[in-house]
Amino acid sequence: MKTPQSPLVNHPLTREKGETAIPLLAKERCPESGAVTPLLNKEGCPKGKAVTPLLKKEGCPKGGVVIVPAPLEPERYELSAKPSYHFGLPRRDFFKLLGGGIVVFCLLDRPLAGQEAGRARRPDESLPQDIAAWLHVNENGEVTVYTGKVEVGQNIRTSLTQAVAEELSVEPGSIHLLMGDTDRVPFDMGTFGSRTTPTMSPQLRRAAWTAREALIDLAAEAWKVDRAKLVAAHGAVTDPESRRTASYAELAKGRELARVIPAEDPLTPAAQWKVMGKPLPKVTGRDIVTGKHRYPSDIKLPGMLYGKVLRPSAFGATLTSLDAHEAEEMPGVTVVHDGNFVGVTAASLRAAESALAALNAAWKSPPQPSSEELFEYLKKNVEHGEDRDRHVIGSVEKGLAGASLRLEQTYTVAYIAHAPLEPRAAVAEWKDGKLSVWTGTQRPFGVRSELAEAFHLPEDHVRVQMPDMGAGYGGKHTGEAAVEAARLAQAVHQPVKLVWTREEEFTWAYFRPAGVIEVSAGVASDGAITAWEFHNYNSGAAAIATFYNIPNQRIQFHPAKSPLRQGSYRSLAAAANHFARESFMDELAHLAKMDPLDFRLKNLTDARFREALGAAAQKFGWGQAKPQPGHGFGIAGGLEKGGYVATCAEVAVDPAAGQVRVVRVVTAFDCGAVVNPDQLRNQIEGANMMGLGGALFEAIKFENGRILNPHFAQYRVPRFSDAPALEVVLIDRKDLPSAGAGETPIVGIAPAIGNAIFAATGKRLRSLPMAPKGV
Amino acid sequence: MSRVTELLINGVKYSVDVDAGASLLSVLRDDLDLTGSKYGCGEGQCGACTVLLGGSPRRSCITPVGDAARKPITTIEGLEKDGRLHPVQQAFLDEGVMQCGYCTSGMIMTAVGLLKVHHDPTEEDIARFLEGHICRCGTYRRIIAAVRRAAKAPQEVRS
Repeated sequence: MKTPQSPLVNHPLTREKGETAIPLLAKERCPESGAVTPLLNKEGCPKGKAVTPLLKKEGCPKGGVVIVPAPLEPERYELSAKPSYHFGLPRRDFFKLLGGGIVVFCLLDRPLAGQEAGRARRPDESLPQDIAAWLHVNENGEVTVYTGKVEVGQNIRTSLTQAVAEELSVEPGSIHLLMGDTDRVPFDMGTFGSRTTPTMSPQLRRAAWTAREALIDLAAEAWKVDRAKLVAAHGAVTDPESRRTASYAELAKGRELARVIPAEDPLTPAAQWKVMGKPLPKVTGRDIVTGKHRYPSDIKLPGMLYGKVLRPSAFGATLTSLDAHEAEEMPGVTVVHDGNFVGVTAASLRAAESALAALNAAWKSPPQPSSEELFEYLKKNVEHGEDRDRHVIGSVEKGLAGASLRLEQTYTVAYIAHAPLEPRAAVAEWKDGKLSVWTGTQRPFGVRSELAEAFHLPEDHVRVQMPDMGAGYGGKHTGEAAVEAARLAQAVHQPVKLVWTREEEFTWAYFRPAGVIEVSAGVASDGAITAWEFHNYNSGAAAIATFYNIPNQRIQFHPAKSPLRQGSYRSLAAAANHFARESFMDELAHLAKMDPLDFRLKNLTDARFREALGAAAQKFGWGQAKPQPGHGFGIAGGLEKGGYVATCAEVAVDPAAGQVRVVRVVTAFDCGAVVNPDQLRNQIEGANMMGLGGALFEAIKFENGRILNPHFAQYRVPRFSDAPALEVVLIDRKDLPSAGAGETPIVGIAPAIGNAIFAATGKRLRSLPMAPKGV
Repeated sequence: MSRVTELLINGVKYSVDVDAGASLLSVLRDDLDLTGSKYGCGEGQCGACTVLLGGSPRRSCITPVGDAARKPITTIEGLEKDGRLHPVQQAFLDEGVMQCGYCTSGMIMTAVGLLKVHHDPTEEDIARFLEGHICRCGTYRRIIAAVRRAAKAPQEVRS
């Protein structure tokens, strides 16, 4: 596993363009709200509230350009630092391709956008480079948005539609989003890190606003009236005085107008939103409930064959012999053998499966550690960390010396699987030396790079298309199935489809990193925490810093050699670090004989986090009702990626069998101005449900390079009977920019459950999963 | 091994020529391009492939097509009638259930099967009946609410 360099170095924008690409991101990342304040320090971001000097070096310098780490976080291990490229616009005439109308480009480079603001481009002018997205209003008044972001169940196709509808004043139904097609949309790093809402959405809103202004200009020109008197609404421009109205279609007819988004911020304030801020149903809902939507695994091409890949006997195994004789005799079967890669193709999936079963291979694999010895292994195999992984303020020793109570504990988290219900799938087709692949991935451009590298092609010879897929949760950043399908298709000169089995998905994808977390602290007699030491081995640095006010801290992430392939998982290590921190806070509260909520508030000044805790506690009735016998209440919370979450849980523990049932969960969440309250609730409910699995029973078991539980019958995921009553309190901050919400709500559930189990039983569980076989 | 040459799906007769031991799911998806039924595990553990066989929910991934040859098969593609969604489909939209939606067709088919035999299931009944389905996005409570909503639709509409 490569240890990635500083995220700034890894950032494709930074590498090619230097720091000039950053201000655009910085705008959203240094808001008054402190929306992403954990990354920024007090000096640079004076109005931010949380102060987390962990990344101090990359915080905001005084008065200058804000430089912040790109959203490529260091623990996204699966993203190795590969060359990346800017999307080069096709040279062909843009409007010939799109048809007439109005095009607005969102530039990556904000100052440039300022220079060109509002300036009309003649069709023969060169088109701008470094585009983040674009929007086209065609001669029928239909709006198409081109973005590299992809829909994976987080419902951004809907929320981005709302964003465009809001600023363009059109009905959501007239907007289509073309997403994740590398030949048609501008380069995008990928859909991860909860970045779509804070970055892509404002971009598209500016583009939509620019298009609306252009349409108003056209109407003013045609009618020879002052543009200020005109009103745009419902896809038309109206002159209230003369009562003239022209639809966007009429205004766009015969035009070839290109504009770039302005530098100023013309966006409609959240308090005045008409489409955003309201629950718009999922725009593809009907296609899903009727079975019409084609997921990546549903794609079919004429003349397509089905492929299967022979998996090694263990991780790291090499092929020592292969007898493919029997398979090759089967009608219509081709065996492809290229080094360690062995695959088959056939006219049907059933025939491909038979051919695969007929292969006779011998593998040799090195001895490897097992899950039994995992945590000792991680501690023994620490790799040298970077300075940025270390954070010290004050003196922990001095702080401990002044404490009246001291405690130290160790927490562990297991490897877990994303297990998206749609496994990896791809269809690959070669034509005239060019490769087209349809596949399920959160990084279509990343997969394009993988394919270009694997087949020694220029990137413009590879096209990746990503139909809205059956989820990812951070687990589909890579293009394994795409590469495999392409290799098979290359050999047979026909399109090939490859869908991983559940067992393959459980085995050959990557896992949420396991880890060991050691925490120690001292508490003064008044309940103030005087010292805090926190070491995370392997699981990751996300949200490792404490947001409690502690004068003496030593916090460090220690990368380790991972026995399994590991990578991103919803919220990265924020879930693990919150589990350890918020469990330990509960332990300290009990040690100090204080109510766990009061103890937190005693050590906390962050206003948004305090408000979230208060909102959850109030809705839950914290401190009001006593739990029934066998039941317990727990509270936990935190902040990450601009979202503030607090979670209260009630559990019931069956005294005989020790089975834990989560009865009720209340989550308060603040992610700035709410874009779509119903879908935000859905994300929060889903995050709790998914997090409950990792909290109580999900764990990958492995031994000597093999996964021992690669089936849903052996790897337990949450089901209907596990679903508690889920209540959500949305803290809608219309005065603050919207942050993403797909990840952060997951961080509170595990510690809230653990703290509730302690309240119910007096047993403190410090390992995730906490109760795979009961307490 | 014997062959299956005809299937009755959503009221339509389909000519096929497949091994009786092939999974119904593979025939639906790969031979007939009815891709609304999903592959999630191939082991009957997740429910994404659920269809109605003679009106009862069945895991098509572990059902040999030979077992399905003489019974009417209903897939998600067959629920909509004359542009009108089945009440369970409509309820999934009304409750805003879907995140990725990959489990949805299987969930809907089992819920339709449930409402055929149980006209007014409680939340517990629904959870028990759907226990074999996985929604990894965690929309279970919304699915329960959707099935409760669909149960309120007039009986003739949901049969």
